[in-house]
Amino acid sequence: MCGATKGGVSLDGVDVAKEAIVQGVVTRSGEPVSPAYVRLLDRSGEFTAEVPTSATGQFRFFAAPGEWTLRVLAPQNDAVDRKVVATRGEIAELEIDLA
Amino acid sequence: MSRENALVSAAWVEEHLDDDGIVLVEVDEDTTSYDGGHIKGAIKLDWTTELQDQVRRDFVNKQQFEALLSEKGVSNDDTVVLYGGNNNWFAAYAYWYFKLYGHENVKLLDGGRKKWELDGRELVQEVPTREKTSYTAKEQDHSIRAFRDEVVEAIGVKNLIDVRSPDEFAGRLMAPAHLPQEQAQRAGHIPTAGNVPWSKAANDDGTFKSDEELRQLYKDAGLDESKDTIAYCRIGERSSHTWFVLKELLGYENVKNYDGSWTEYGSLVGVPVVLGDEPGNA
Repeated sequence: MCGATKGGVSLDGVDVAKEAIVQGVVTRSGEPVSPAYVRLLDRSGEFTAEVPTSATGQFRFFAAPGEWTLRVLAPQNDAVDRKVVATRGEIAELEIDLA
Repeated sequence: MSRENALVSAAWVEEHLDDDGIVLVEVDEDTTSYDGGHIKGAIKLDWTTELQDQVRRDFVNKQQFEALLSEKGVSNDDTVVLYGGNNNWFAAYAYWYFKLYGHENVKLLDGGRKKWELDGRELVQEVPTREKTSYTAKEQDHSIRAFRDEVVEAIGVKNLIDVRSPDEFAGRLMAPAHLPQEQAQRAGHIPTAGNVPWSKAANDDGTFKSDEELRQLYKDAGLDESKDTIAYCRIGERSSHTWFVLKELLGYENVKNYDGSWTEYGSLVGVPVVLGDEPGNA
């Protein structure tokens, strides 16, 4: 993971000012986890989106402004939940360590 | 149809992947996913370049579909087992597509690529070679495909099921939240449509819920079993997932997928649109 750009995957062509981005990396003892699946749940706990992590453990969502829960599924691991707030024009950056 | 005919488990696939007459096919939204590793023996279908006409917005025609499957080495009497990422959205779309062109034996791998990966089952990079065949497709079966005029006429008459997320249904989001949101069409949903997100039909690991749970889900959402049903989403792939549940798992008779879905409906001039969480009136 050392030296990787924050967010990793390029946002070229995306008007960041118009999006409420939630992104980050899934790690286990500091090492990126792939494959893992990250689910975006709305404030009622309802599923909104899911992405597999990249080879470098990264994920990204274009959410609506507000409160969300991220749920991480990975082999040999119970689901891990993490709350996050998305704001238009900003990037919420998280590292989720499965430990 | 029934669960036994339409769905196979990961364990079943592992046991039968070398059998003659079984063709595994991976279909993903991320079309590079196959190249990074796939189930042994599986071939790849690219839904953007191989299943869609490259100029008009429509499917490849019967002759093109025949040429495609012949080239891929799929025979009419093969059992095609589909799987993919995104909880099988695009695999369910391909399932519906194979049925549209009259392929007899099609099955979906329960849980798709996610379940397979979470189970820690083997993925390989070796691309299989299959001998070319001479595939014959049937004319499109329009009893499972809805077009826009039919959808407008169905408002207040048939069951309309919007399978997008609640935020897309209400008009707060324009697309699934892993995609950029700026779009040309209007936000909202078709009047009288019930919102049953596709995800309610699946467990966290991507496998389908039990028939009992599924039947209750649509009953609670007000699905009238005496009426025909049309499912839609944004581009017709998540609604294929719900079409699969209603038609292939639960066995409802007249269920169509509206593949034009919100990217078509939300761009039509003059049609009614409802904003907010309620279905709205006809």
